Amino acid sequence: MSETDFTTALRERFPGVTERPSLDLAAFNCPFGELRDILRFLRDEAGFDMLMDVTAIDAYEESPRFTVVYHLFSTSRHEYVRVAAPCEDDVEPRAPSVADLWPAGDWHERETYDMFGITFTGHPDLRRILMWDGYPYFPLRKEFPLAGHEVDLPGADVAERTGAKVLPAPMMGGPFHAPQKGPMSRREPRADDESWTETREKDAAQALPDGPRDFKHSDT
Amino acid sequence: MAVKEVSIGDIGARAAQADEEFRGDKMLINMGPSHPATHGVLRLKVELDGETVTKCDPVIGYLHRGDEKIAENMTYNQFVPYTDRLDYIGPIHNNVTFALAVERLANLDVPPRCKAIRVICCELARLQSHLLGCGVYGMDTGALTVFMYSFTQREKLYTLMEQLTGARFTTSYTRIGGLMRDIPDGWLGNVRKVIDEMEPAIDEIDKLLSRNRIFYDRTVGVGVVSKEDAVAYGLTGPNLRASGVPLDLRKDKPYLGYDQYEFDVPIGTSGDCYDRWLVRLEEMRQSIGIIRQAIDKMPDGPYYAEEAKKIFAPPKSKVLTSMEELIQNFMIVTEGPQMPAGEVYFEAENPKGALGFYIVSKGGGVPYRMKIRSPSFCNLSILPKMMPGHMVADVPVILGSLDFVLGECDR
Repeated sequence: MSETDFTTALRERFPGVTERPSLDLAAFNCPFGELRDILRFLRDEAGFDMLMDVTAIDAYEESPRFTVVYHLFSTSRHEYVRVAAPCEDDVEPRAPSVADLWPAGDWHERETYDMFGITFTGHPDLRRILMWDGYPYFPLRKEFPLAGHEVDLPGADVAERTGAKVLPAPMMGGPFHAPQKGPMSRREPRADDESWTETREKDAAQALPDGPRDFKHSDT
Repeated sequence: MAVKEVSIGDIGARAAQADEEFRGDKMLINMGPSHPATHGVLRLKVELDGETVTKCDPVIGYLHRGDEKIAENMTYNQFVPYTDRLDYIGPIHNNVTFALAVERLANLDVPPRCKAIRVICCELARLQSHLLGCGVYGMDTGALTVFMYSFTQREKLYTLMEQLTGARFTTSYTRIGGLMRDIPDGWLGNVRKVIDEMEPAIDEIDKLLSRNRIFYDRTVGVGVVSKEDAVAYGLTGPNLRASGVPLDLRKDKPYLGYDQYEFDVPIGTSGDCYDRWLVRLEEMRQSIGIIRQAIDKMPDGPYYAEEAKKIFAPPKSKVLTSMEELIQNFMIVTEGPQMPAGEVYFEAENPKGALGFYIVSKGGGVPYRMKIRSPSFCNLSILPKMMPGHMVADVPVILGSLDFVLGECDR
């Protein structure tokens, strides 16, 4: 089955599938409910036997907010395909688990849950993988600041004994790149997060402003 | 004095009784995160029945630095040093893979000389990585000498890296659209000298271990991964090929003009620890062959894409003498290389497996989202499936044979 063949077959079988803008691979947007069926079809009938990657994109102010993205690879034809589906519910996003189709999905989905807070329904053991158990935030969501939030140390006994906290990273004026908007005089490289620098002590009372930094860049 | 005679039969019966009493008692052992046999900060929660592993739960994340979050907050060139810290055993390959991924986003093709230099860099990184992988693998099985042999060779590679990039470990050599600088005079001769010396050294390493009875007994039939499992768990690189799947992205999805080089892709037959060792050894020899071809065919010309005025900052000599290039340099340094909106996924055959970058761009010099698909992460995910049934002494051997790096796994 070549690329055009499986594309045609996929469209015939699942009329809800639409083309996804992509600069390189064949890519599709899938309706939420059909995602598992489409992935199973791609695995069994189109020969995409390897799940390379599962991740998500946070569109922040748009709805649907979260999109899960799968990259599949065919070890026989050496082709990739990208499949994306919007998650149900913007506040408590959900997506179906594919850990039973590919065991590789197990850790990838745990990571996506850890970073974005997307619950994969049907996952056998959905818990955090990179951050520690009980960490209260989802770091790759756009409202999470680069420096991080102050939280308790993992392990209540350790936290109590040491009295220490997990502190936000000292940004020291960084990271440096131009905001790419506004008048020329304001386009020098400047810090995104100046809450804590070499010259100014961190003000504990002044919490980091919630909400994402301005990541939308114009072409000017 | 009463003497109780103990017959062999009594001892046997008592031992059997003791065996019965202890049967079914499971012990939980915590290996790591700083256990010397775990190659970094990997923690394994291992459940044992006697000496047999019944369950294994890897705990990762001790080296999580949030590279993906950081990438969303800086320009593409600023992120190059962070890629050094992914697979820090062969850092220059990560630089190249990242540059290739972003260049695919920009739909930019670099000149032939740049590609050839990058190929040499990639293969040197593969040698670095496999020399370490094989050396410490020997240590894991109790053969300390191999480590000395391989690190003697590895040291020479670091000297080459220092001559090329100015740094031994953290190379940061690539820029989007080119390289930091051209190769220095006489460097190719040095590379040739080093690989000429390395070839017999690899043969020596081969002779030291491959037919060594102890090594053989400890690795053959241990940690077998079937073809189906390897594909289903998303294993890549030497670990996948040792299981008999002939997948090498250099052959199957050629980038950097790898289709112009002649080399073989070694594959294993049984997928055990011994096959993974053999595959890595042979890959080193193939890498040396590729480097020789690249040196022989090294084309002349520019080492960066000259037409990419909004992507590659021109060399310093031009910046200091020409107004136009000064402005170009200023814009690229402050705002980053200008990319179109869109998304790409690019994977290259890193020493450890397929390293992938999924970049979502909304235009401008900063990615909106960047996912790093790290081969070590996927290679480790098979541990819960692989470990049960093995003796606890096999655990370090299996870990050593998988040759992972936690910097890449945790990102």
